[in-house]
Amino acid sequence: MPASADFDAAELQTIIAAHQSLEGPLLPLLHAIQDSFGHIPAGAHAPICEALNITRAELHGVISFYHDFREAPAGRHVLKICRAEACQSVGGSELAEGLLSKLGLDWHGTTPNGAVTIEPVYCLGLCACAPAAMVDDRVVGRVDAARLDTLLAEAGA
Amino acid sequence: MKIYVPMDSAAKALGAEDVAAALRAAAPDAEIIRTGTRGMIWLEPLVEVDIDGVRHGFGMAEPSDAAAILDGTSAKALGPVEELDWMKRQTRLTFARVGVIDPLSLDDYEAHGGLKGLRVALDLSAQQIVDEVKTSGLRGRGGAGFPTGIKWQTVHDAEAPQKYIVCNADEGDSGTFADRMVMEGDPFTLIEGMAIAGLGVGATKGYVYLRSEYPDAIAVMTRAVELARAAGVLGNDVLGSGRAFDMEIRKGAGAYVCGEETSLLNSLEGKRGVVRAKPPLPALEGFLGRPTVVNNVISLATVPVIFEKGAKHYADFGLGRSRGTVTLQIAGNVARGGLFETAFGISLGEVVNDLGGGTASGRPVKAVQVGGPLGAYMPVSKFDTPLGYEEFDQAGGLIGHAGLTVFDDRTDMLGMARFAMEFCAVESCGKCTPCRIGAVRGVETLDRIAEGDAAALPLLTDLCETMTDGSLCALGGFTPFPVMSAVTHFPDDFARQKEAAE
Repeated sequence: MPASADFDAAELQTIIAAHQSLEGPLLPLLHAIQDSFGHIPAGAHAPICEALNITRAELHGVISFYHDFREAPAGRHVLKICRAEACQSVGGSELAEGLLSKLGLDWHGTTPNGAVTIEPVYCLGLCACAPAAMVDDRVVGRVDAARLDTLLAEAGA
Repeated sequence: MKIYVPMDSAAKALGAEDVAAALRAAAPDAEIIRTGTRGMIWLEPLVEVDIDGVRHGFGMAEPSDAAAILDGTSAKALGPVEELDWMKRQTRLTFARVGVIDPLSLDDYEAHGGLKGLRVALDLSAQQIVDEVKTSGLRGRGGAGFPTGIKWQTVHDAEAPQKYIVCNADEGDSGTFADRMVMEGDPFTLIEGMAIAGLGVGATKGYVYLRSEYPDAIAVMTRAVELARAAGVLGNDVLGSGRAFDMEIRKGAGAYVCGEETSLLNSLEGKRGVVRAKPPLPALEGFLGRPTVVNNVISLATVPVIFEKGAKHYADFGLGRSRGTVTLQIAGNVARGGLFETAFGISLGEVVNDLGGGTASGRPVKAVQVGGPLGAYMPVSKFDTPLGYEEFDQAGGLIGHAGLTVFDDRTDMLGMARFAMEFCAVESCGKCTPCRIGAVRGVETLDRIAEGDAAALPLLTDLCETMTDGSLCALGGFTPFPVMSAVTHFPDDFARQKEAAE
């Protein structure tokens, strides 16, 4: 595996050590790695497999199964827009489609300046104040086109 | 002066943080207490001010309302919150403290009846604890409605060096937010419920598998576990009893199917969240192959009140074999959305029209999807169906987690059916063919129907039967509910397309 410059190997070992003794350590470990490095670097696979005694195929299987884990970094901010039924009932689909076409992006796309990645999400539990969105970890309810514009502007898109 | 401002994520999503900041600036000496939400989401942010020991509400509060709220001249005054019609008509057992207390104050929790149930349980034998839950009639609130006491008995009877309590907090169904509300508004009740479950079945370790889409709930639960451990509610010596129970919060990773219990267990073990075949039951071979109770948040959060007030008290509410209360979540295109806890038996129409006030858009209701993405679309003609597990089953639906999503007359039901199949295709774990392939074929078949191909409709029906009969879990097995209920109750939406094409 080629040497990767997108993460700090010593920090990775610290993170692995902190999670190794958990029961079922892989998901908490992957979350922690992504929190630190913004994605799961390819160069981190071998050390993870070695520490947890799993194969590269098993690790790849897990990373690719879950929507949350990224193999490449996202934009500086992630805007998640809910696509689920409650949000659809109050115009969520049209809102999302309008935004994507305005930005010229598809789902999972990132604005050209690298500021914002647009992700679909299936329910934020804000179904009584839909349509709902989330910028990084901040939730927003009763979103309309104007509100989305403000959120994007704040995120530097 | 005491002021209460919710920190529930629905309130935050509607601007509660800015309102709290404005109140703090306008009244630096006031005590501002952050709470969960009362569940009247259409009134959020709902500020409450303590006037002579009675909490008066002000909603929907905006930062500019701060001064008027403080000097009592606000036009948004609602009067005493407990006297509001929405509150008075409820039977709040599971949600008694949500919106009332500071979620992260163990003192506040105890002052409102918290830990009484655990203290009662500590004086009982394990079998007596399980019997009490059986007597209460509590059934799994996650959707399947399996009797909780029976599940506990199986784990209780299993011999193993280690057993586990796993809380399913992967509340992925659209239209549901009760789990999130209780975790953000009264986290200690879930902790207490899990500890009682641990004492009942002989498990010393618990996990809450909490979806990553709920960052606020993760933060509150994580902090609450730390506080409970520091106070000796969790640990090697639960409330000085010499008995052990501890727990961890685990974050999901964005896979809907992990709300299915066997898939959740695989995920918790660090594997792909694929569904396991049953048997073996998780109660016998669950997390790491050990006997495991897997219960939904609401089921576990209801356990403390059953022990505090007695199983009989709880069982006295309800209808038929649906005992106790149901936590309705009224969502979607509805004038008054929120959480309403009441005894089983209330009719669907009363919930939508009377409590919910009809649609938010002011247009006629077309359909209500009950029980999340895998629940049936109920037409207005079924509005007299009482909310009970068996009653909904007979009406061709399911209560599920008791989320109700309202749609107005502009909704294209063929589009909703297509979305159900598309969602199943995106979220399928891939283990069984009817779900993995069937959902993709379902999208294609619905597209053919939309293009006016009449021959595709019998094919869709046949496909849905195959998915129902042949899928391993509820994702593939129940996706036909929204699809076929849309076809059955709204045939015009499927035929109109054909005419247009002709």
